[in-house]
Amino acid sequence: MRILIRDGRVIDPARGVDDLLDLFIEDGKVIRIEKGARSTEPLEASKGKGTKAARHAESALAVDRVMDATGLVVCPGLIDMHAHLRQPGREDKETIASGTMAAARGGFTTICCMPNTDPVNDTRSVTEFILDTAKREGAVQVYPVGAITKGLKGEELAEIGELVEAGCVAISDDGRPVMNAELMRRAMEYVAMFDLPIIQHSEDLHLSGRGVVHEGLVSTELGLRGIPSASEAVMVARDLLLAELTGARLHIAHVSAAESVRMIRDAKARGVRASCEVTPHHLALTEDTVRGFNANAKMNPPLRSEADRQALLEGLRDGTIDVIATDHAPHTVQEKEREFDLAPNGVIGLETALAVTLTILVAPGVLSLPQAIAKLTSEPARILTLSKGRIAEGADADLTIFDPHRDWTVDPATFASKSRNTPFAGWRLTGATVATLVGGKVVWEA
Amino acid sequence: MGLAHKDLLSIRELTSDEIRLILDTAESMKEVARRDIKKVPALRGKTMINLFYESSTRTRTSFEIAGKWLSADVINVSASVSSVTKGESLKDTGLTLQAMHPDIVVIRHPAAGAAQFLAGRLTASVINAGDGAHEHPSQALLDLFTIREKAGRLEGLKAAIIGDIAHSRVARSNIHGMHRMGIEVRVAGPRTMLPRFIERLGVEVFTNLDRAIADVDIIMMLRLQTERQQAGLFPSLREYSRLFGLTAERLKAARPDVLIMHPGPMNRGVEIAPDVADGPYSLILNQVENGLAVRMALLYLFAGSGQTG
Repeated sequence: MRILIRDGRVIDPARGVDDLLDLFIEDGKVIRIEKGARSTEPLEASKGKGTKAARHAESALAVDRVMDATGLVVCPGLIDMHAHLRQPGREDKETIASGTMAAARGGFTTICCMPNTDPVNDTRSVTEFILDTAKREGAVQVYPVGAITKGLKGEELAEIGELVEAGCVAISDDGRPVMNAELMRRAMEYVAMFDLPIIQHSEDLHLSGRGVVHEGLVSTELGLRGIPSASEAVMVARDLLLAELTGARLHIAHVSAAESVRMIRDAKARGVRASCEVTPHHLALTEDTVRGFNANAKMNPPLRSEADRQALLEGLRDGTIDVIATDHAPHTVQEKEREFDLAPNGVIGLETALAVTLTILVAPGVLSLPQAIAKLTSEPARILTLSKGRIAEGADADLTIFDPHRDWTVDPATFASKSRNTPFAGWRLTGATVATLVGGKVVWEA
Repeated sequence: MGLAHKDLLSIRELTSDEIRLILDTAESMKEVARRDIKKVPALRGKTMINLFYESSTRTRTSFEIAGKWLSADVINVSASVSSVTKGESLKDTGLTLQAMHPDIVVIRHPAAGAAQFLAGRLTASVINAGDGAHEHPSQALLDLFTIREKAGRLEGLKAAIIGDIAHSRVARSNIHGMHRMGIEVRVAGPRTMLPRFIERLGVEVFTNLDRAIADVDIIMMLRLQTERQQAGLFPSLREYSRLFGLTAERLKAARPDVLIMHPGPMNRGVEIAPDVADGPYSLILNQVENGLAVRMALLYLFAGSGQTG
């Protein structure tokens, strides 16, 4: 199968490319990249034999399919380094099949699934089950994240060496922090042997207590128990110190508080090997979304204040925040349709992340389009040391084609995910996936 | 004039005119409550369900008597005997109740927002009788009624609310209700029990009892939940009482005619000394009596508003 993607605006932040190009794809790889017919040479000048347009016409005859990307953006397939696929254990919320289809629909070609399944991904057999299932039923590439501690209990290290052998690309107890500082130090040292990042869900559980929302004006008004920003920030501070001590690669998941951004910025400036991610919902929403006791605005870390949101935007702009990741966390309707205190934490994001990024970051000029794409492609690839997230001759043809100008309204009923718990229902967003290719195969198309 | 709402979820949704209407209606109801024969037919044929997920003697009894004096059919459902213990969700409980066509559902629930959750699923009028630390609007209304009755006015008065503000729905409803009616509000308590940004609700904040009660017309003491000691919010009942307990001695810092209120149930000797609770300026039992009249007014205005079909 040979595919030609013609006349798209190809943006590849990894190589600094932003041009109108044609991409030829064969056997799952990008085999040739050429200037598009309309890119540089005027049409009149390119009629003779040997010109680009003529070569282009010859090649077009040989391809099985031509995808016209005029007016569209073609970029490396998006990478989500933080998703929950719920399989094994909670297939009523999501499966590897439904979660990867949601990913494809959202333009993601590679996703990392967190280990808090049932059973926990703390052994080779669970990692292999996930990889086998993804190979058979998955629409996109899945890379598992293995547990730091057995059963995510924060007591003893999991068999991390075997998890890495089996195919885990990072190690995390996500959903829970490693509260014991000594254990976290040893985990960092141990994981560093394999040159993998250790991903921390940064939260001091004592400070969070039984909190359900950000501790601020809204928690005070609604009488909901608050989670102070310090609950995240003290853990970020601790782990940055431990990363400095151990030389390990620390990745801080879903940063939400201004204090955390500030400390990560300082640590990076001093050469600590730290990286971090932010979710689209923390970039788009604040604690005010909780008003009316909206359970789809309940997640951990919680939506914080407008000042925190501004700090996150600034952190993205100055490079303190490396990655945009969804923290896609599916829950059933009946679980979310409860008293706010009793509803589980988390929202889904795979099918809205790109459009929220374009609407909240690119349209107002917080990030340029190539910068935003980098946070969703080359940056996560760099942190996870994956040979993905770029467009090059000979590289895997993992590609996302999207219309940066198309407006659409978020209707959860149309989601490929099994779950509907999005805070963006009814939102008008700009930017929509047109096609998603994984290994040269079109896995989703509008 | 009537009320423009199906439900009473938060006192913030009431205008000052609506609050005045409720208080005026409660005055006529109080007259009924003092008759020899207390039954009036206002809500004959109407069904009212008291859905209580937390134990409560005074509020539940008050709503129940209020409904009965107005001739409504009153059914009490409490969490311990209902299907809640079988794991039924609030949504399903709501749908089940809906199928029985009640006109009014009074709900008390430990989770903030529970009354609003139920209101969105019922055609009946839902009255919030306390949802977590969020609101307890009928309590604030009966407090306003009691203050107006004693002081003759609301506008221009000064009140101090003392105690565990962070966990108090009574404090939240009173702050909003008092503000709406032109009362200036102070709050005081241990720093550990004053929620962040409370000053942004327009209250003056104190951590010293004497200073908080100086020069106010009303002192409202809140109940101390003794389990907050285990949560590390105060060191001992002894110290709490020394710093924030209202005694006859401490009252010397206040005006001699200050009105003293407490939503009950009291911890005598902890947040309030017995001689103060039973003293000449204590309105604590007036609050209970007026609670009946105010709840009769609420039931009358909400069930009689015609919105329940």
